[in-house]
Amino acid sequence: MATPKPRVKVPKKASAGEIITIKTLISHDMESGQRKGKDGNVIPRQIINKFTCEFNGMKVFECELDPAVAANPYFEFNAKVPESGTFKFTWVDDDGSIYTDEQKIAVN
Amino acid sequence: MNKRTLAALVLLGASPLFTAARAEPVTETLEIDGEAMITEAPAPKDPPGHPFDVVKSGWLYREPDTRAMEADSFENPGMLNVEHGEEVWNTVEGEAGKSCASCHGDAAETMKGVGASYPKWNAKAGKPFDIELQINACRTAQMKAEPYKFDARDQVDLTAYIKHQSLGIPVKIDLSAGDMMSWWQTGKDRYYLRTGQLNFACASCHEKNSGNYLRADHLSQGNSNGFPTYRLKQSNLVSLHNRFRGCVRDTRAEPPKAFSDELMALEVYVAWRGEGLSIETPAVRQ
Amino acid sequence: MMTRRRLLAGTATLTAMAGVAILARPAWATVEATDAAIGAFTGGKTPEPGKITLTAPEIAENGNSVPVTVEVDSPMTDGDYVASVTILADGNPNPEVATFHFTPLSGTAAATTRIRLAKTQNVVAIAKMSDGSTFSDRKEVKVTIGGCGG
Repeated sequence: MATPKPRVKVPKKASAGEIITIKTLISHDMESGQRKGKDGNVIPRQIINKFTCEFNGMKVFECELDPAVAANPYFEFNAKVPESGTFKFTWVDDDGSIYTDEQKIAVN
Repeated sequence: MNKRTLAALVLLGASPLFTAARAEPVTETLEIDGEAMITEAPAPKDPPGHPFDVVKSGWLYREPDTRAMEADSFENPGMLNVEHGEEVWNTVEGEAGKSCASCHGDAAETMKGVGASYPKWNAKAGKPFDIELQINACRTAQMKAEPYKFDARDQVDLTAYIKHQSLGIPVKIDLSAGDMMSWWQTGKDRYYLRTGQLNFACASCHEKNSGNYLRADHLSQGNSNGFPTYRLKQSNLVSLHNRFRGCVRDTRAEPPKAFSDELMALEVYVAWRGEGLSIETPAVRQ
Repeated sequence: MMTRRRLLAGTATLTAMAGVAILARPAWATVEATDAAIGAFTGGKTPEPGKITLTAPEIAENGNSVPVTVEVDSPMTDGDYVASVTILADGNPNPEVATFHFTPLSGTAAATTRIRLAKTQNVVAIAKMSDGSTFSDRKEVKVTIGGCGG
């Protein structure tokens, strides 16, 4: 599998206190551990098991994922934006890898 | 329906897999990020004999959630592959030290419309080329790199990236070039050829039963304008020849090899059947 | 032309293959396992109806990617917010699907994701509020086998 690549969609601007919609997508097979390969052996589980979104260091949204989340995990959720700052997104892989992305937002 | 009922139905004879359920495709407009796609077009008149008056995109046959996934390029997971295809476009490979971009520059300019005009006659090879064959020809002749093996991830993603540059542009292939018409005729013969234990031709599903349900599948006209297409089943981009082979396999016949003359002829004919429809690559299908 | 004998042979093969596929299936989560998972999430309480809305298609176009949305009615203030929502599926090999955690910074307690459903089954969403109260909603999603092999 190629290195998972995250994509996030955050508005560039918002007014103070506005509730915005955030969308995230990451390329990942989400190998469930339930499938057998061509050799007849079970393909070991390897999934993204946790996703978090923080704003200026404060937790906004978090998800624990099980193998029943579809490949290329997609999330859509909201965030209340009190001030200008940075959203930080983190995906944690079963193999210990961590994938991150950051997006700034300006509050006027 | 349990397996025994299905088996009993198969034994009953004529088109038993097709249920009586029929649904007209939706009449909604597909806008991808606000840009309108042509999902219905008058059937091409030259050569004569197109079976439909109006050709329709497979998008119109899908459920609302699947349609919505294609309408927003962010929500479309196939765009992850397109982004990877862009990286491939810019990656130097082979002894000549070139990438696609070394010769073709910015794909947004140089590849616009290209995907909508393939498959295209290749005089040197004496046969039609699709995007995949053209990429391999470039790789061997220009880049001095190994050609891609069928369905290598880079091949599928690069093909999708190139076709995506024609998003919205209607399919129109040049059948007057070289020997294209004889390939079109061969492809047409293949389209109506019944094969396999189920004794199905392409036309059995996509012409005679288009609009009907094959168990849970709402059968489309089988147009190729969205390929490579993101299929929920594989949760990945699927190439046209992969789907051709999958369809033939599902009729319980031996599938022809990818890029064989048989499937290249079929690709020419199927592309013609869908002329006038916008390129939707990467489309989202079930 | 296909003879009746060839057709019968083909059907027999199909049926045989289907039989093998059933045998190879892992044990499905049961309604009991799902109830146990609900109990683990709520601390043994039975969730009440209301406040939470689960949106899922009545018929999934393909069980490998089924969009689901949860929305919980809450002011999302520091003193009164939705802490977590868990999604369970009672016909998958394991009932657990995903658990969302919200904060007042979430603005609203709403989230969408795409899930895998192995067959027709109930999807259950349970919300746990900051005061410990729990609410649930469930939807049956039909997952049918496509004509083209799944």
